[in-house]
Amino acid sequence: MKAQTLPARDAAPPAHPVGQRTPLIDGLDKVSGRARYTADLPFPGAWVGRIGRSLIAHGLIRSIDTAAARALPGVRAVITGADFAAPYGVIPIAQNEWPLARGKVRYRGEPLFAVAADDEAAAEAALAAVRVDIEPLPAHFDCDSARAPGAVLLHDDKAGNLERSVEHDFGDVEAGFARADRVVERRFHCAELAHAQLELNASVAQWDVGQQRLTVHSVTQVPYYLHLTLAQTLGLDTSAVRVVKPFVGGGFGHRVEPLNFEMVTAALARAAGGTVRLELTREETFLTHRARPDSDIRLRIGVTAAGEITAVDAEVVQRGGAYAGYGLVTILYAGALLHALYRVGAVRYRGWRVYTNLPPCGAMRGHGAVNVRFAFESVLDELAGELGLDPFALRRANLITPPYRTLNDLQVNSCGLPQCLDAVERASGWRERRGRLPQRPGARRGLGMACSHYVSGSAKPVHWSGEPHAVVALKLDFDGSITILSGAADIGQGSSTLLAQVVAEVLLLPMSRIRVVAADSALTPKDNGSYSSRVSFMVGNAALRAGQALREVLVEAAARSLGCRAGAVEWLGERCTSTGGERSLDFAQVVRAALADSGTLTVKGSWSTPPETQGGKFRGAAVGSTAGFSYSAQVVEVEVDDETGAVRVLQCWTAHDCGRALNPLAVEGQVQGAVWMGLGQALTEETHYHEGLPLRANFLDYRVGTAVESPPVDVTLVESLDPLGPFGAKEASEGGLHSVPPALAAAVHDAVGVRLRELPITPDRLLQALVERQREQRRSARRPPPTPAAAPGATPATGRPA
Amino acid sequence: MTTHLLTLTVNGRERTLAARDGLTLLELLRDALMLTGTKQGCDGGECGACTVLIDGEPHLACLTLAARLDGRAVETIESLAGPSGVSALQRAFHERLGTQCGFCTPGMVMAAEALLRREPHPSEARIREALSGNLCRCTGYVKIVESVQAAAEDRA
Repeated sequence: MKAQTLPARDAAPPAHPVGQRTPLIDGLDKVSGRARYTADLPFPGAWVGRIGRSLIAHGLIRSIDTAAARALPGVRAVITGADFAAPYGVIPIAQNEWPLARGKVRYRGEPLFAVAADDEAAAEAALAAVRVDIEPLPAHFDCDSARAPGAVLLHDDKAGNLERSVEHDFGDVEAGFARADRVVERRFHCAELAHAQLELNASVAQWDVGQQRLTVHSVTQVPYYLHLTLAQTLGLDTSAVRVVKPFVGGGFGHRVEPLNFEMVTAALARAAGGTVRLELTREETFLTHRARPDSDIRLRIGVTAAGEITAVDAEVVQRGGAYAGYGLVTILYAGALLHALYRVGAVRYRGWRVYTNLPPCGAMRGHGAVNVRFAFESVLDELAGELGLDPFALRRANLITPPYRTLNDLQVNSCGLPQCLDAVERASGWRERRGRLPQRPGARRGLGMACSHYVSGSAKPVHWSGEPHAVVALKLDFDGSITILSGAADIGQGSSTLLAQVVAEVLLLPMSRIRVVAADSALTPKDNGSYSSRVSFMVGNAALRAGQALREVLVEAAARSLGCRAGAVEWLGERCTSTGGERSLDFAQVVRAALADSGTLTVKGSWSTPPETQGGKFRGAAVGSTAGFSYSAQVVEVEVDDETGAVRVLQCWTAHDCGRALNPLAVEGQVQGAVWMGLGQALTEETHYHEGLPLRANFLDYRVGTAVESPPVDVTLVESLDPLGPFGAKEASEGGLHSVPPALAAAVHDAVGVRLRELPITPDRLLQALVERQREQRRSARRPPPTPAAAPGATPATGRPA
Repeated sequence: MTTHLLTLTVNGRERTLAARDGLTLLELLRDALMLTGTKQGCDGGECGACTVLIDGEPHLACLTLAARLDGRAVETIESLAGPSGVSALQRAFHERLGTQCGFCTPGMVMAAEALLRREPHPSEARIREALSGNLCRCTGYVKIVESVQAAAEDRA
C-alpha cells in the first residue's frame, strides 16, 4: 500500500468527546422501548420460577416436605437449601447466608424453598403444596433486644449478636476536647431505607444438560461476584458458568452483592434441566432489601472559638438484619468517612453492627457515610450558631489542602471543596438572603448548608486476587470499527458511554466508530462491578490505557507506510501525516497497514490503585481508602408550614468536585439524582416492620417522591483535576447525596428554629418538635429567669447529650 | 377458565387475540404481542411504568383488563418512532438525559405524549402534575421536565 499525498476525501477533524455533553450511547434504545431488560428477554418455553418464604422471623427448620408439590401436574422442580453446595456472602470472610434457608430461618420473608413449573398457576399450586415445620425461637427486631445479655443468638459464632465491633482511635481525644472552647454532644437516629430501583428483580437461568453448563442473565451490578457465587453455591467450576448483564433498571446498591433469587433461579434451572425465568414481585424486591440500615448515632465534637475542630467522639449502632452481606464494610465506612472530610485534631470511633431478625441490610448509594454525615454536619451547624460563625466560615476553618494524609491514613490528592463552597454560597445568594427571606405564618423559609465527600472506588477490592482493578480490551478489525470489551456494568449511570468517550478521545476518532460490548463473562474481561463509584476512575483509567496501546500499534503501522519513524507521525484520528504534513494516510489505510501484519487487532489496558492510596495498616484500614475523593457542598432552601409540619423544598444548589467532568451531561444527571435521593431520605423514606413483618413493601407506603415534589437542582461542576484520575476525573454519583439531609435539617432550623435529629423529617415529627418547643417556652415563661451562664440554646462544654 | 376472542388495534395494527379471564393489557402486550417496551415496576398501580395510551388517553396497562378493549386503540412506546427515527419527544429525552436507567422511560414518555397532545404548550406545573403518577428513581425529575419542555418548544 502506498501513502497518498492527500487523503481521498476530507477526513473528519480530530474528535475530542471528553468534556462534551454526550447523550448516552444506548439512550435511543431506552427512549424507543427497544432496550431489553432481564424480564424482557425472549426465552420461549422457559419455566416459571417462584420462591416460598418463611412466615416466621426466627426458628429452627424441622422439616420441609416437598413430595406433594413434586407430584402435582406441570411441576418441573422443587428445591430447598439442601440443593446448594455452600453458603455465600459478598465479603469472603463473612459468608453466612444460604440461597434458601438451611437449619434456621432468621427473618420473615426469607426464601425457604422454590419451585419451577409450566406456568404461574402450576407454580402457585406447587408453593401451596409444600409442608414446612419450623420451631419458633425468640426474635430480635431491634438492636437493644439483640444485644441484651442472654439474647438468643442468630448465628452461633457471633456472640452478643454482633457482626462486627469497631474501635478506632486517632490522636489524643481527651486533650482535644480539653483544648476546645465549645463542645456539643447529640444523639441522632436515621430510619432504614430501601433502594426502590424501578426495575423488579428478575433472573433467567439456562442449564445446558449436555454440556453441564449454566448461563444466567440477571439484574446485577456485579456480574463477576455473581459468577463466583453461582459457582460456589451450586458446586460448579467457574468455567461452567456464564453471566450476562442485560439492560439494568437502576441499582443504587441493591444489586452490588449476589442476591438469593439469582442462585435460586440457577439451581431451579439445573434441577429442572432447562431454562427457568424468575421474576420477583415488588413486595419480594423490597424483602430482598440490602439497603441503608437503621442507625443510632451519638456524636460529640469540640471546636475552638475560631472554629477549628479539635476532637471528634462518635458511637454508631447499625441494625444490620439477619445476615452479613456488606455489613462489616458499612460499619467501617461510617467511621472512616465520619471525619476525613475535614482537618480534625483527634478521633475516637466506636461502631457496632448488630444482627436482628429482619431482612439483611447492605450497601446503598453513599454507602456507610450518609447517616454519620447527617450527624456531623448537623452538629457543626449547631456549633456555628453557638460560636456566632457563619456555617460556611466554620467549614472553611477546617479545610484540608492536598496532598494530605487524613488521621486514619487516607490519601487525598485533590480537593475542590473550597471552590464548591464558594460556588453554592454565590449561587444561592447565601450572604444576601440568609436571615432576610420572606416569612409568613404557614410559610416559614430557611436556608441550610452542608458538605460531603466520597470515594472514587475502594482502593482495595472485595476479592484481593492480585489482579489489576480493571481491564478493558479493544478489538479493531477489517471494517475499521473499534469494539470496547468491558465487564463494567452500565446500570443507567452511563458507564458504557464514558468508556466510548475515553477511547475516542485517546484515538481522536469519532464515537460513531466505537461500539461497547459490556458485561458478558463469555466475551468481556472480568470487572469487579459498578459499586463504590469505581467505574469512571478505575475502568476509565483502564480504557485510557487500552486506547493508548491501540494508538501505539496504529502509529507504528502508519510510520511503516509513511516511511518515517513512529515519532514523526502526527496522529489526527481520521488521518495521520508524517511530520510537516507532506504525506498522509486516512484511517482505513492505517487499519489495513496494521492488520496486514497481525490480522484482527486486540489490545488491552489495565489499571490498579497505587499502594499509597490503599490506606493504613490497622484492622479495617482498607475501608474508606480510595485513589480519589470527590467533594460536594450543598445549600437547600425550604418552606415550612409551621401549622402542619410539612416541608417543601424550594431549590437546591449543589456544587460537586468530580475532577474532570468526562461527560458533563451525565455528571449533572448523576448529581441531580443523588440530591433527590438525599431529599427522599431527609423527608419521606422509611421502612417499617411489625414484629418483622414489613408494612411498607410497596410504592404507596414507602414514599418515593414524584415530579410534583421535586425541586429545581442547580448544579455547579468543580473540576479539581485529580493526578490519578483518567483525564483528572473522579466520581460523580454518590458524594452529592450525603450533604443533603443535614443541609435540609439546617434549613428547617433556619426556618422555624427547631433542630430535627431524626430522619426522615416527616410532618408528624416536625409538628411534634414544634409543639414540644411551644410547651417548653410556656414552661420557661413560668420559671424564674435563667442565669446568664445557661442561656437557652447553648450547650455548655460539659453538656449532657440532648 | 374461559377465554374471549378480542379484536383491538395496537400501534395501528388490528389484532385478534384470545384473552383468558383476568388477562391484563400489560400481559397481553408483553407476553402475547412481545411488545416489551411497556414495563412492570410494581404489584399494580403504584409506579406508572406501564403507562400506555388507550384511545389517546393515558392508562396503566397493569390495571386494565384486556377484555374491556374490544374495538379500542392502544398505543405503546414502540409506536412513537417513525421511518425517519424517534419522535421529537423521544429525541428530547435522549439528548437532554431525561432517561438514565431507562426503566421508567417508556411510561414517562407516554404520559408526556398524552399531555402534549392535549396541551401542546403546558406550564411546568402542568408537566409535573401530568407526570406525577410516574416514578423515576434516577433523575430527580429535573431533566425529565426539561425534556418535555424542550419537546413542547420544538412543536411550536
